[in-house]
Amino acid sequence: MKGQYFLPLFALTTAMFAAAPFVIANAPYESTMLLVQKIFYFHVPSWFVMFSAIFISGIYSVIYLVKGDRKADQIAAAAAEIAVIFGVMGLVTGPLWGRKAWGVWWQWDAKLTMALLLEMIFLGYQLVRRYGGPGSDKMSAALAVFGMVNVPFVYWSVNIWRTVHPKTSVVPTLGPGMFGAFWFSVLSFMLLFSLLLTLRLRLERQRAVLDELYLAEEP
Amino acid sequence: MFLRVALLVLKKDVAIEAKSFEIITTTLFFAASCILVFSFAFVKEGAPVQDAASGILWIAIAFSGTLALGRTFERERYGETLRALLLAPAPRPAIYVGKLLGMVFVMVTTEVLLVPMVALLFQAPLFSRPLLLVALLLAGTIGFASVGTLFAAMLVRARTRDIMLPILLYPVTVPVMIAGVQGTSALLMSTPDEALATMWIGIVTSFDVVFITFCLWLFEPLMTE
Repeated sequence: MKGQYFLPLFALTTAMFAAAPFVIANAPYESTMLLVQKIFYFHVPSWFVMFSAIFISGIYSVIYLVKGDRKADQIAAAAAEIAVIFGVMGLVTGPLWGRKAWGVWWQWDAKLTMALLLEMIFLGYQLVRRYGGPGSDKMSAALAVFGMVNVPFVYWSVNIWRTVHPKTSVVPTLGPGMFGAFWFSVLSFMLLFSLLLTLRLRLERQRAVLDELYLAEEP
Repeated sequence: MFLRVALLVLKKDVAIEAKSFEIITTTLFFAASCILVFSFAFVKEGAPVQDAASGILWIAIAFSGTLALGRTFERERYGETLRALLLAPAPRPAIYVGKLLGMVFVMVTTEVLLVPMVALLFQAPLFSRPLLLVALLLAGTIGFASVGTLFAAMLVRARTRDIMLPILLYPVTVPVMIAGVQGTSALLMSTPDEALATMWIGIVTSFDVVFITFCLWLFEPLMTE
């Protein structure tokens, strides 16, 4: 994102987040879940952002491993960190809803298991990057690629594992009045994501510049 | 050329192992200790908890496999032989395949003891469909070892490799574990569910194909300094 777009987008995102509570409060109640369903306006957009971030991280990791382009690595690292943050949001808001809707905090359902595993893989990414020592950038890139490739396999296997056993789930369908509020939330979260990514990327680039300066200083 | 290099690397690993039997004996003993610990948790009033055997078998395989992976590359690091191996005028993916074959060899040797032990200690009829069990074990072992070999190789130079390997390896190999445990459970039913077991073997095999392809492709850029 270019510098001149940053401030207007920042203002727009702030305004949208300020308006979000009113938009969500004015959206109609879902017939069976009532108030509990409102957490969806935060929960689902969190996952949208997490999956976008994972996808970006995976793609740029591939580019980094193939071309050795440092810029691609910086983008992948920034996106991986954002994936972890929004994954935590999803994993916190999910059980809050699940406790009311299913009566339990956690279900070993395909989506939940996949989300938890992706969160773990991208937490592992952060660990490798910090404590991996020399070559940790390539190691973490490989992990991001594996994390991305793993998504369909985890979904597939957990889905079969869980459908062999009885399964209870209540998936509410969105009514017409809720669509507007839902996509409003998704758009706000996506804007927040792009802002965070820009900021994080700037930090990563400045770090790289600083490293180069240190290297240049040495006799 | 490719296959010859892979077999040479395998031959080298087997020859070193045959001199001391260090990795195979320690891995076997570790796996046996694992099973012993599990038996205290999952045997109640003389009878094992239902379906415990399949889970115990696969956890023991994963744990001992991780240990063996760490040890194999520790040996290469200690002798500074990995660099020599990478400097050799040989295709990098062939070196990976050689290491993978060596790993599968160690893990299969461990399983030859593990499976009868689980069958005996947990009264599990593991040998009712021997061919399907062998296919499942082999596919699962290859899946686990393929990702494990790549991760262990790339972690060789990392100071924190001992703790990093399981942290990175277990979340990625979860599909293999699910398929292994569920497939084995299907074979352990009073009337073994062959169709279900075959389907799980299919899932692990497709995992193997995809992940080995990625490993072959990633080994080169990851091992370049």
